[in-house]
Amino acid sequence: MKLTVAGKKKEVKDGITVAELIEEEQIENPLYVTVTVNEEFLQRDDFETTKLKDGDEVEFLYFMGGGSVR
Amino acid sequence: MLYIEKKDYDKILKHATDGLPNEACGLIAGTADGEEKYVREVYLLTNIDASNEHFSMDPKEQFAAVKDARAKGYELLGNFHSHPESPSRPSEEDKRLAYDSKANYLILSLEDREHPVLHAFLIDENKNVTENPIVIR
Repeated sequence: MKLTVAGKKKEVKDGITVAELIEEEQIENPLYVTVTVNEEFLQRDDFETTKLKDGDEVEFLYFMGGGSVR
Repeated sequence: MLYIEKKDYDKILKHATDGLPNEACGLIAGTADGEEKYVREVYLLTNIDASNEHFSMDPKEQFAAVKDARAKGYELLGNFHSHPESPSRPSEEDKRLAYDSKANYLILSLEDREHPVLHAFLIDENKNVTENPIVIR
């Protein structure tokens, strides 16, 4: 099936989960990545169980934060 | 090298100044030619920590910026945040929370309000910091 991942079309196995896609895409520091599917934010606890469907649009967003304390 | 137009630098500076005493933050998008990165768009985001020592970007705004940048044919080049009272260099927290080794981390110091200082840094998986020179033009 086909997905759009970070704006690019990708062919992936049917029924791939979000967790599997994160692994396949070799996302750096996956613990700090937020995922949207068709513009909906997913809960981290759902990554393992959420199966993607043909045509889904997936985005990975890194948590971005920091501070000026030494 | 990271190239940024004066108007975009001014936009970042105004956002940071308007946000005082808190830290301000945002994203930069543009085009790349190998190691040469050209900032074409600056996105001003909300610091949801509303703190003068910490920042976190609003994920919804972050998502909207990514979508907008892509629609314009740009790639996300990195992010910026201000240090209201400290120099333009990554703090230990900045390094700890830098999860994208390909991103440019811009830090605008307002420590000396009359002479703001903007530097860009790359932070690798081992938290080694390299400055990426900025050209404001």
